Amino acid sequence: MLITCPYCGPRDVIEFTYQGDGNRERPQSASQDLDAWNAYVYDRLNPAGDHNEIWQHSGGCRAHLRVVRNTLTHEISSVAFARGDHKSVARHKTEGKS
Amino acid sequence: MVERQSPLEPAPLEPELRTGSHGDFEHGVDVILSETRPGSILQLAAWPGQEKELISGIRTVTGLALPDGAGAGSTDGVKSVFGFAPGKFTVVDEAEGLASAFANVVTPDIGTVTDLSHGRTAIRIAGPKAEWVLAKFFAIDFALPAFPVGAGRSTMHHDVFAQIQRTGADQFDIYVFRSFARSFWKALCHASEEVGYEVQ
Repeated sequence: MLITCPYCGPRDVIEFTYQGDGNRERPQSASQDLDAWNAYVYDRLNPAGDHNEIWQHSGGCRAHLRVVRNTLTHEISSVAFARGDHKSVARHKTEGKS
Repeated sequence: MVERQSPLEPAPLEPELRTGSHGDFEHGVDVILSETRPGSILQLAAWPGQEKELISGIRTVTGLALPDGAGAGSTDGVKSVFGFAPGKFTVVDEAEGLASAFANVVTPDIGTVTDLSHGRTAIRIAGPKAEWVLAKFFAIDFALPAFPVGAGRSTMHHDVFAQIQRTGADQFDIYVFRSFARSFWKALCHASEEVGYEVQ
C-alpha cells in the first residue's frame, strides 16, 4: 500500500503510523458532557468503504495527515495535511454513506 | 566546543572505518564511502506562516538560496541546506559555530534553531553505483529527474531514520542518528561489497 504524502510524495505504508479514526471530534478538555466523551472514545462509523483516517508520516516528514482509505480495497482517494481545516470533504462523504 | 569522536571509530574498539578498497573491487571501485564530519548540523523550523522569513534568514547566513518546493535544497560544497518536512530545514556547514550565526537571525518570532551537530553522523556515498546501492536500502526514487542535485528526502531504512541530500549527480550525503551510525555504516559496506567500494 502506498500513501502519497503531500510533502514527500508516494511512500510505502511502512513509513506511516496509523493515528486513529479521523471522524472523532475531541470535546473541550474541561467538558463534562459524558455523552460527548463517550462518543469520542467509543463511537465509530466502521464503514465498508471510504474511511476518514489520521496517519502520521513517522518515517519521513513526520507530518500528520488526513487520509481517506477504502476499507474494502485499501485504495487511498485523498491525502492532506491534518493541520488547519478539520472538516475535510472526505468526512462528509463518509458520513453521507453511513 | 567539546571535541567530537566519530562513532565509526570509537577507541579502543576495532575501527569500523577501514580505509582502502574492499569487496569486489577487482573490476573497479563503483562506490566511495566516507564520513564527512561536518562541524555543524542544524535543524531549523519555522512557525506556521513564517517559512519565507526563515528561508530568507538561511540565505542571509549561508548565502544559499532555497529553491521552491517540498524537499528542495542546495549546496556549495561547504554549506548545504534542504527541506525535510513542511517548514523545516537541515542546514550543514563544514565549520563549527553555525548555530550561533543563526541566533540573531532566526528570532523566536520566526522559528527555532536546534543544534544536532553531536547527534547526527554524516555519511557520503559517491560513484556510478551510488544510486543502485541506495536503492537497496530506501524505497524512494533516486533517479536524477525525481531527486535533483541539492534536494533532500526524509525516509528510513528499517527503523533507522535517515535524511538524504543529493550533493552531486552521483553523490549523496546521508544523515543518521549517531547511535545508529555504526550499524548503518556496516550495512552500507555490506551492500557495497558486490560493486566494489573504497573507504576514504
